[in-house]
Amino acid sequence: MSEQAWNALSGGVGDVAPGQSDEDGRGRLAAGLRSYFIGLALAVALTAASFWAYGTHLIYGPGVPIALVTLALAQMGIHLVFFLHITTAPDNTNNVLALAFGVLIVCIVVFGSLWIMAHLDHMNSAMSQMTGMPQ
Amino acid sequence: MSAPTTALRMPPGAVVLDRPAEALLEGVDAPGHGEGGPASKRIVVGFGFWVFILSDIVMFSAFFAAHAVLGGATAGGPGAAQLFDLRNVAIETALLLLSSFCCGMASLAVEQRRELFTQLALAATGLLGLGFLLLEIHEFADLVARGAGPSRSAFLSSFFALVGCHGAHVTAGLLWLGTMMAQFRAKGFRPDIRRRYLCFSLFWHALDIIWVAIFTLVYLIGVRT
Repeated sequence: MSEQAWNALSGGVGDVAPGQSDEDGRGRLAAGLRSYFIGLALAVALTAASFWAYGTHLIYGPGVPIALVTLALAQMGIHLVFFLHITTAPDNTNNVLALAFGVLIVCIVVFGSLWIMAHLDHMNSAMSQMTGMPQ
Repeated sequence: MSAPTTALRMPPGAVVLDRPAEALLEGVDAPGHGEGGPASKRIVVGFGFWVFILSDIVMFSAFFAAHAVLGGATAGGPGAAQLFDLRNVAIETALLLLSSFCCGMASLAVEQRRELFTQLALAATGLLGLGFLLLEIHEFADLVARGAGPSRSAFLSSFFALVGCHGAHVTAGLLWLGTMMAQFRAKGFRPDIRRRYLCFSLFWHALDIIWVAIFTLVYLIGVRT
């Protein structure tokens, strides 16, 4: 019995494996091709925008890193949806929850490290100024 | 002696399995969510590998954090702006993105059970990945030759650790890719080989996501600041 038949009978929604657009994907070549080509076009556009934003004078200088990070996040989203087929569909709940947990840990590690090290650095330079020691 | 006992213990209407229960699940599309029994093996394998990929990304995040903290610690040596050639980075980015795209094409060919297209797409994936790797090795050798090796400063140590770790993943992926091509050739589109390929495609696409973070944070933002 196919998954769709199962869903029709049980009224429930199934799961898909990460990296898969549909239950088995057979016979959906056109949709698959369209998805990968849209993903490639968007990824190329965002990459080109990143390198353009790096060199342009049209963006306020200190704002460029923020623009670059935003473009990178957008491109990661494009890769996730069009290449890895991680979507917000109900059949993807498990995959998205795992991803959300991963993102949480990544944020804690990166921002936690930056925060603690910047704080230590600040304390260090304050201490060396007080004692007259070189940093 | 034992046969009648078994028969007595069996509830009425029970079926005696002549093979492992797992074999019955092969090819059954149970939808998961607790309906129709456990999820199919393909979903379980894919999800397990997805969790591995996420833990790998967490490991990379530690290298990113180290590089972000040590970005200015050049110890009087050269910084990002003096060292990195962004044209080279743009070519590397294009090669890896196209390689990821070809990997997707191979996924479609595997779904369609087209042997020739699968092998061609995988070969293209591998050649583009190899081109990326050669450019990266060339960049590393060039840096070391200019006296900017990993031992020059904390900034360069963290750079070589982060980008080198990504390069090591690409190398491992290329070996895995060659194995997949040989296995498709020798064993065909068996369910276990297709599950293995699903895991490989996840791995390869995830490496491209890591590279997006590297070219943005290490190269573009690194050179600007």
